[in-house]
Amino acid sequence: MRSMSKKLVYLTLCCLTLASCGQAASDSSSAPASSSPAASASGSASAAATGDANADEKIDLTFYYPISVGGPLTATIEQMTQEFTKQNPNITVKPVYTGSYADTAVKTQAGVQSKTPPDVAVLQSTELFSLLDMNAIVPLDDFIAQEGGASYLSDFYPAFLANSQTDGKTYSIPFQRSTIVLYYNKDKFKEAGLDPAKPPKTWQEMKDYAKKLTHDGTWGLEIPVTGFGYWMLQTFALQNGNNLMTQDGKKVMLDTPENVEGLQYWTDLSKTDKVMPEGATDWGTVPSDFLEGKTAMMYHTTGNLTNVKKNAKFDFGVSFLPANKTYGSPTGGGNFYIFKDIDPKKQEAAWKFVKFMTESERAAQWSIDTGYVAVKKSAYETERMKQYTAEFPAALVARDQLEYASAELSTHNNGKVMKTVNDQVQAALTGTLKPADALKKAQEEADRALAAFNK
Amino acid sequence: MRWKTNVFAWLLLLPSLVFLFLFTFYPIAKTIRLSLYQADLATSKPLFVGVDNYVRLLDDSIFLKVLTNNLWFALGTVPASIALAMVMAVFVNKATRGIGLVRAAFFYPTVIPMIAAANIWLFIYTPEYGLLSRAVTALGASDMNWLGSPHTVMWALIVMMVWKEAGYFMIFYLAGLQNVSPDLYESAYVDGVSRWTIFRKITFPLLMPTTLFVAIVALTNSFKLVDHLMVMTKGGPDNASSLLLYYIYETAFSFWDQGVASALTVVMIGLLLLLSALQFFGLDKKVHYQ
Repeated sequence: MRSMSKKLVYLTLCCLTLASCGQAASDSSSAPASSSPAASASGSASAAATGDANADEKIDLTFYYPISVGGPLTATIEQMTQEFTKQNPNITVKPVYTGSYADTAVKTQAGVQSKTPPDVAVLQSTELFSLLDMNAIVPLDDFIAQEGGASYLSDFYPAFLANSQTDGKTYSIPFQRSTIVLYYNKDKFKEAGLDPAKPPKTWQEMKDYAKKLTHDGTWGLEIPVTGFGYWMLQTFALQNGNNLMTQDGKKVMLDTPENVEGLQYWTDLSKTDKVMPEGATDWGTVPSDFLEGKTAMMYHTTGNLTNVKKNAKFDFGVSFLPANKTYGSPTGGGNFYIFKDIDPKKQEAAWKFVKFMTESERAAQWSIDTGYVAVKKSAYETERMKQYTAEFPAALVARDQLEYASAELSTHNNGKVMKTVNDQVQAALTGTLKPADALKKAQEEADRALAAFNK
Repeated sequence: MRWKTNVFAWLLLLPSLVFLFLFTFYPIAKTIRLSLYQADLATSKPLFVGVDNYVRLLDDSIFLKVLTNNLWFALGTVPASIALAMVMAVFVNKATRGIGLVRAAFFYPTVIPMIAAANIWLFIYTPEYGLLSRAVTALGASDMNWLGSPHTVMWALIVMMVWKEAGYFMIFYLAGLQNVSPDLYESAYVDGVSRWTIFRKITFPLLMPTTLFVAIVALTNSFKLVDHLMVMTKGGPDNASSLLLYYIYETAFSFWDQGVASALTVVMIGLLLLLSALQFFGLDKKVHYQ
């Protein structure tokens, strides 16, 4: 008797579970159902106010994001997603912190291959061609058209959009973006008899300044290398007039006389002029060296600005990178991508989220919290940004430099091309190869890596 | 009756076998299969290419460099860490005052996480204010960018690896030493044998089973290093510190070239099997089991 009743309980439980599953399934598969009067009556008032037909349908989004600068940014992101749910009660965003840019790329790609991609993710802007080759992302042009098309895009800085677009389509929306800037220690400038209001403006000036600033225990200048050799090479290439690759990501132009001149200048700074440490300087220790006063100037991402501002015990300045033919810096950082093999309704919701995260006010706050450049021009018109930059004008340098900025190295087979450039830059800096030979070798290897895409 | 025992035995083994198949044999089979395909960003569907991936490896200058690096790295770390472990074990095996503290100090590198260890060493090797730079400049030598020069980076990694590994192997030797019968030492002592001879003729041979085990583990570890490279050098400068597993990681997860990454994995497994077999069958004749 007892076992009989037990069985009955189980049976009932099973039925209930099945029924509720069936319910959920029919809910999500019947989009028009939500527009029926009964359904919208059950929706909350604020959702109804947005006037969206699907507004009361529950949607869960998974959002992958990396962090590559200091500070408690996980909390900031979580707060932003909660804010979003407050405005859109039917959409819940689950933020998943996925480590560095590289880790995030690995996790995302693993998801894509197992047909369980995230719904929306922040990935390096240079992942564009890899994601396209894997058929992982959707173009955003239809969504952008809803918002006003060209006029919506025109609020974003063109230099940031350069890494988002190919073949006339826009695939990602800029989010945490940077350029490289020159940080310099004003106290050391004074000690060396240099005017702290006048950072070096040209390659020649930088060399002269660095010579004056170099003495026992202090380097004049440090340029990080490990992992970012290609990025720093781009600064010299752009200052000499041209970027390293074509917009369609199928060709690289590495062994041009201009680039050889740039790499020669860079290696000379350590080998001949002795104003910079020799060999491959570490990306992470360069800011520490600067904060410790071991180097008077450094090339680094503006994403580190808030970190330097908080920790520098001396007066420091930020300026454009010195020019040769022109000023120049590549952009860097992460964009929002929306994934392909997911429910179209989720894509719609993901777009709403992307739009929300890049609204002017929010972009302004994000820039203040991190040091990244706000991606929209209108963000600099907001009250909070005006107030912040009035007392801390250094925050405007990277933005102003955007006029001379260009896309970060991004090609098909990007990982391999980037590594090739990194390896050869390091070979030149450590003296294994002459700059001209190193770039020639890089060109050959990159051409081989790109051959399959040029058929 | 006999088959019943057999079935019972298999049933007991079943859970482990399931996991072994699921997480070891199946992935190995899958990897071997994938290594015969071109599966990269340029091909939307994997394309059967036979042994092409392997042939391409012979042409890949980075692969050859990484392989040579790895052999040097193994040669630099394995004997050194084993010798150091043995010396440390003999030293801490004696009952003296404060021995617990010394043992803890020797063992401590093993307990801290790899990433933390890598960060500590990153700053030891930092030019200008790193511990090592301070030391050499205090001695009047000139400062170096230890991790940034292709000539020193491998040595820097070898020293760190020996530091990290020796304490771990010490534990095995300590266990081995506790198993050696004190009678042997007593009779040797009575006969007036010198301490060096005691070590050479009694301790060392009786530790051989431990040495065999430790040697295989050490060799495998020298091929397994990846975390430190990620934190400290990213394989640079110009691949001077890149090792096989790191190259596999790069090929798989930054070049997205799964075919070649699989081929590399197969090569690595083959190499490890070969080396372990050589050690096992070569050394086994010299091992005294009690």
